[in-house]
Amino acid sequence: MTEPMYMPKAALENLIALLRGDGYKVLGPVSRDAGVAFEEVRAVSDLAAGVRDSQEAGRYRLEPGVPGEIFGVVNGAGSLKPFFFAPDENLIEVRREGKSFKSSEVIPPPRRLAFVGVRACDLAAVAVQDRIFLHDRFRDTHYETRRKDVFMVAVNCTRSAPTCFCASMKTGPEATAGFDLSLTEMDECFVAKSGSSAGEAMLERLGLRTASAGEAEQARTLTDRCAAGMRRQLDTSDLPRLLYEQADSPRWKEVASRCLSCTNCTMVCPTCFCHAVVDQQEIDGNMSRRVRQWDSCFSLEHAHIHGINFRPRIEDRYRQWLTHKLASWIDQFGTSGCVGCGRCITWCPVGIDLTQEVAAIRASAIK
Amino acid sequence: MKPRVAVFKFASCDGCQLQFLNAEDELLRLAGQVDLVYFPEARSRSLPGPYDIAFVEGSITTPDDARRIIRVREESRYLVTIGACATAGGIQALRNWADVEQYRRVVYPSPEFISTLSTSTPISEHVRVDFEVWGCPIDKGQLLAVTRSLLSGAKPVLPAYSVCMECKRRGNVCVVVARGEPCLGPVTRTGCGALCPALNRGCYGCFGPANDENMESFVKLLAQQGVTGDDAVRRLRGINGYVRLWRETADAIAAQKK
Amino acid sequence: MTTPYAIYPARITERRAETSGVYTFTMRFTDPGIRRSYRFKAGQFNMIYAFGVGEVPISIVSDPEEPEALQHTIRIVGRVTEVMGRWKVGDIVGVRGPYGNGWPVDEARGRDVVIVTGGLGCAPVVGLINYIFRRRDQYGELHILHGVKTPNDLLYRERFDEWRRAPRTRVYLTADRPDKSWHYRIGVVTQLFDELAVPASSVAMMCGPEVMMRLAARAFRDKGISEDAIFLSMERRMECAVGLCGHCQYREYFACKDGPVFSYRAVRELFRTTGI
Repeated sequence: MTEPMYMPKAALENLIALLRGDGYKVLGPVSRDAGVAFEEVRAVSDLAAGVRDSQEAGRYRLEPGVPGEIFGVVNGAGSLKPFFFAPDENLIEVRREGKSFKSSEVIPPPRRLAFVGVRACDLAAVAVQDRIFLHDRFRDTHYETRRKDVFMVAVNCTRSAPTCFCASMKTGPEATAGFDLSLTEMDECFVAKSGSSAGEAMLERLGLRTASAGEAEQARTLTDRCAAGMRRQLDTSDLPRLLYEQADSPRWKEVASRCLSCTNCTMVCPTCFCHAVVDQQEIDGNMSRRVRQWDSCFSLEHAHIHGINFRPRIEDRYRQWLTHKLASWIDQFGTSGCVGCGRCITWCPVGIDLTQEVAAIRASAIK
Repeated sequence: MKPRVAVFKFASCDGCQLQFLNAEDELLRLAGQVDLVYFPEARSRSLPGPYDIAFVEGSITTPDDARRIIRVREESRYLVTIGACATAGGIQALRNWADVEQYRRVVYPSPEFISTLSTSTPISEHVRVDFEVWGCPIDKGQLLAVTRSLLSGAKPVLPAYSVCMECKRRGNVCVVVARGEPCLGPVTRTGCGALCPALNRGCYGCFGPANDENMESFVKLLAQQGVTGDDAVRRLRGINGYVRLWRETADAIAAQKK
Repeated sequence: MTTPYAIYPARITERRAETSGVYTFTMRFTDPGIRRSYRFKAGQFNMIYAFGVGEVPISIVSDPEEPEALQHTIRIVGRVTEVMGRWKVGDIVGVRGPYGNGWPVDEARGRDVVIVTGGLGCAPVVGLINYIFRRRDQYGELHILHGVKTPNDLLYRERFDEWRRAPRTRVYLTADRPDKSWHYRIGVVTQLFDELAVPASSVAMMCGPEVMMRLAARAFRDKGISEDAIFLSMERRMECAVGLCGHCQYREYFACKDGPVFSYRAVRELFRTTGI
């Protein structure tokens, strides 16, 4: 792509304005309800600037950050998932026509979305979901419609949360693919790069100058340092085999004693794709919707059919989730289901940490 | 012939049957599908049974009601309890841990006129119940879905997983993790639309227990949040406090204290 | 762009009661274009839809050479199938499919075939058996083993008797808990394996409880049949049928698109653990 460009902080305002002018609804990290979420931003002042997140297993707090810092929050509970794989959406409507009926697809309305401030892990997660919904045997037309016409502005991480482990999963902290523009925030400026022709065109319209070697070097140092300083790690070596072989590890029972099977980890996970389809019939019986809703492998009903529940115990379900995420996902889609964003650790009410669980399973396997 | 539908009230506040009236537009369309032959709260004309569907609100707290529910059952092909009182005994089931005789003497000037049982119990402890709709009050959408399912000749089905799933679908920020709020969401049945967490409050369990929960771990979580002893007991002994799992958990905490 | 979830109306042209609570419906798509273009392979399934109530996966038991008249045998076990049990000739129902990989009928051509079923789950293999009978000279000896708990659980008794009389075919029926009317074998289906003499070049296909299939697969392997020639039809919750909803996962497989028929080699390791 193009060479690194010097982007004054004030130019971010211009970027948002240009995107809005192009008909994009611009979304970025916004403070809401003691967290941050991707919501519409009309100006830089809408962004959750000047605050930082404090994260640990089972705990999230927003705290005063560094004045002038715009993208101080590493991440919140919400990823980009709900924008493309909607949590609750009507797939088809089946309408009675005399004795028969007609099913028609409910296509989401067209829209242009621009995301500003997307972290590398979340971009990787979008690529994982693209693989599932767009590049498998069956194509999900709803996902496809929502995924179209998106402009991505990534922000490279120069600080990680204690729950982050993207370096282990090789998805960050620097965004390498899936963006139109990427920004590295420094004290006084951004270093911007384009990742697509649309991004390149945008850089031109912003009228930026090429970054000096020193500026580019400083940006690189910041992300390198972030990667090196990441405390949490997940050893992915030999991972499918380890988890397959340890299907009877006593650790599953142990973690199940703590797990509430509340489904929070799967709901905040940016790649979890399980969903249910439920029938919602109008009261007069003339029309019925087939509605897709996020589901979770932690729910008791997930593997239940008449008379048999294939995963009745919480230990079965925790094993299913972890084994799927880190092992069988690779067999199914050629990529890990984990991008190292750490959300499942932070947002687990009882603070279960998958990196610790894998380490414990690995340790017991060696014995 | 349209199905004959009845709505009965036992010990309750009327809030659940009000959901029929709150249905407004849908109520009119529903009225085209069924004959509401017995619904004292909505219409003065009440017809005798048999009924195709009987919705029962309220718990059993008097000897009269204990007899009346048996008659309702006999007259109804399909009996659906609506709400926490009918399904779990309700908030009035707190009397099950108290001395009702003492209440009667203290509260009423002429206690001899008060004929009451010492307990408040769910309908299912008295007669066979075909389907239970949880909530305090119940959700209008769930009520209509159950009704529609019965009209389609199918057993009703409602989700029984935790509030958390619906809470996160809504995009709420978890109040446990981000605020340290005690919240019964992880162990409570979905159905309310995660109303309280959406308003930055912890869930207080008005839809009763989810179908799969780990109370032991949940009690530890409450303790970490500083909710122990009487405080923990009070949270579990709420609107659905008499449901076995929550009752046993609260009783165990209460016993520990002593 | 068409959603994989689109449902197509089909008219019921025949309803046949197999036994109490089990019905075979013949259905034809109402749209002539879809009716003519629809094709399926032996052992595939359709998602069958009851208006406003829900969808269930049901295997196709009719012959792939007659794709215009689809037959589905439905056992009444839950809220959706209860509604289906009341379907009459002329009713319009919903169908989408076909899904799944089906039985390895091409691989089995020219070889002896052993078919094992247990419990009430034998509908998928009835389609398979019919398939082989219609092409009888393309296959070697056919052994049909079927175990039930009680004589009442034996569906298709007449068909088993009919198959028994066919040339180059052996039928073994057994019940765990027989009554006076039972004049077949007594005991669990796995006991039949000892007396079964089949060449190592045979192909085994089975459908039924996992415990039964596990024991049967081991027995066939001990008889020298390759793990690649032993096939199991796995039951899982199939909700979308297109490998997207996640419910039917069986470790690295999606039962709906990678299965429901798997070779023993593919799933042997998974049998070690319960709750997968």
